[in-house]
Amino acid sequence: MPSTSAQVDDELSRGHFNEKIEGMNPGDIEKEKPDEPAIETRGLRMRYGSADVLRGVDLRVRRGEVVALLGPNGAGKTTTIEILEGFRRRSAGEVRVLGTDPDDGDEAWRARLGIVLQSWRDHGRWRVRELLDQLGRYYTPYSTAERRRPYDPQELIGLVGLEGQAEASVARLSGGQRRRLDVAIGLVGRPELLFLDEPTVGFDPQARQDFHELVRRLADLEDTTILLTTHDLDEAERLADRILILVGGVIVADGGAAELTRRVSGKAEVRYNLDGEWHAASVEDAAGYVRGLFERHGDAVTDLEVRRTRLEEVYLAMVRDFESAGHAEVPGRLAEVPA
Amino acid sequence: MTTPEPSSPRPPDHTTPKPAASPPESDRTAPRSPGTAAPHSSGTTAPHSSGTTEPAAFPPSIPPVDSGSPGGRGGARVVAFRAGLHRARVEFRQSATSAQDVWGALFLPAVALVVMYLLRHNTVPGTGFSLGSQSIPGVLGLNVVFSGMMALAMTLTMDREDGTLLRAKATPNGMIGYLTGKVLSRAGMAVAGALVPLVPAAFLFDGLRLGEVSSWLTLSWVLAIGLVAVLPIGAVLGSLFESAQAMGVITLPLMALMAVSGVFYPLTALPGWLQVVAQLFPVYWLGLGLRSALLPDALAAAEVGDSWRHLETAGVLGAWALLGFALAPAVLRRMARRKSGSAVAARRAKALQRPL
Repeated sequence: MPSTSAQVDDELSRGHFNEKIEGMNPGDIEKEKPDEPAIETRGLRMRYGSADVLRGVDLRVRRGEVVALLGPNGAGKTTTIEILEGFRRRSAGEVRVLGTDPDDGDEAWRARLGIVLQSWRDHGRWRVRELLDQLGRYYTPYSTAERRRPYDPQELIGLVGLEGQAEASVARLSGGQRRRLDVAIGLVGRPELLFLDEPTVGFDPQARQDFHELVRRLADLEDTTILLTTHDLDEAERLADRILILVGGVIVADGGAAELTRRVSGKAEVRYNLDGEWHAASVEDAAGYVRGLFERHGDAVTDLEVRRTRLEEVYLAMVRDFESAGHAEVPGRLAEVPA
Repeated sequence: MTTPEPSSPRPPDHTTPKPAASPPESDRTAPRSPGTAAPHSSGTTAPHSSGTTEPAAFPPSIPPVDSGSPGGRGGARVVAFRAGLHRARVEFRQSATSAQDVWGALFLPAVALVVMYLLRHNTVPGTGFSLGSQSIPGVLGLNVVFSGMMALAMTLTMDREDGTLLRAKATPNGMIGYLTGKVLSRAGMAVAGALVPLVPAAFLFDGLRLGEVSSWLTLSWVLAIGLVAVLPIGAVLGSLFESAQAMGVITLPLMALMAVSGVFYPLTALPGWLQVVAQLFPVYWLGLGLRSALLPDALAAAEVGDSWRHLETAGVLGAWALLGFALAPAVLRRMARRKSGSAVAARRAKALQRPL
């Protein structure tokens, strides 16, 4: 990894010198405000007809953060992300994305966003490099001293690992290559904020791992704020600084993977064999319990097993509860879920 | 699409966008109960709940900022227009090298050339002029309508389905570049579809005035104004129809219009009311204009009023152009707005179909 980053770093800095942007006036666009959150919503609601999809979502994403919006299908992840992108009008609530209400977002605001939706099938006849060149052109007026827009197509192709397909037509790319192109297009305007909606659906394990590396690299090198949706806890844990669990239209948990794990693993399950008979206990202080166990029974205890409740189990239990309730009930917060 | 418009009225209980008055706000400090009655503990820290609530603290939306820069919004639009020219070049090249597109653009004139060649010994009634030669310009006019208007309409519906349009929406000023590219590349194909068949026609038929400067001048302005008249209609049609298949309903009236447009059959031989109907639409006037460019002046005698009626040609085509340009922007904007809605609806429907 370090060698890769160094190499990309080098590429990036060369890119800065290579780029020639006509009619660009550095700093004539607004300065980025590092203290202002990239995304902030309060009481965000979305209703389709009589169905409530979002029931009051409060979220806040700081600049430079990588946040995963985790939830089962139908939880409202895509709706949330489309509202933030300005593609949907919300039913109620407050939303600021890069300081602007997405409903009022203009083209200059749009130039600061990168968007990767779930499924693209567009531009099949275009060649990869040609398409990146075409779509990058729209960003030149929005270049600033801090962020040279757009990315050089060749540099971008290298970043997402499509060197071998630069002259291939888009329709001929494999699923994973196509997805990497989608990400490249999302990045072409060097966005301050990147939305990734289910980026790795349909990836094989290798493609998934490559993609995870790419996302981490982007966050580290470009200081890009990333909001991604996924229904895969493992992916959220690998990629995100913070995980927001969205179930039934509300955020039921918010925190780093380790923090969430700590929160749900207050209890541990102790299983042991005493005189040939199995016992199990769910306890707060596993070490103290086990100490007491040995003090009382000594050698009679055989086959001891202590297991912390894992985040995954809690998440899956939560999703199961939500789905068996037929999407009707608002699920409880994470801490309440019986572990 | 049973899902309502994204811009549907917000639910009455949450209509006030002001944070101070919005119910979710008051929910926040109390045990959270957004929507229905399931209680929540405060076990997880909500992002905002740093002790006291400050309803007014939600940051104001920053108004648009780019208008103050030197290039300003206009500069960015010019850039997008130029990107559109680039798009037009690339897409024209793609079409011109695609067997399917070339076939689509040349199919009609190719068939017409063969049929007319077989009929070349028939003459226009009252003259010694070949009926085949007389029909060629009208066929080319029809082809402009097909490979200009219809192809543009088709492209727009297909691009809506595959996400091209959404991509344009996600790009700053992307719609400007997208439409510039589409319209110009389709116009390029339409012009090619009108000119390329003239090469074999020159060898197969006698009497076409291909060697005169004046005929090329007439050809140029008729094609130009004709395209300006039919392309916006194509854009409107493409925006109105949900899918490429749904566009099929328009083919039948178009066929009927072609039949009475004076291409295969002199307009003067039709009943009076049909003559009026035919003269309301651009198909007839495109054909007439091209006939005036390519046929000897003596053949004007076979037309309505014994004249090529250049003034009327420019007038009717110009009126269609004005109508198209008046309608197209609003219809296209409506289409662009609706796009994301239907995309979400489709995805949602798919998600709900999964076994729970």
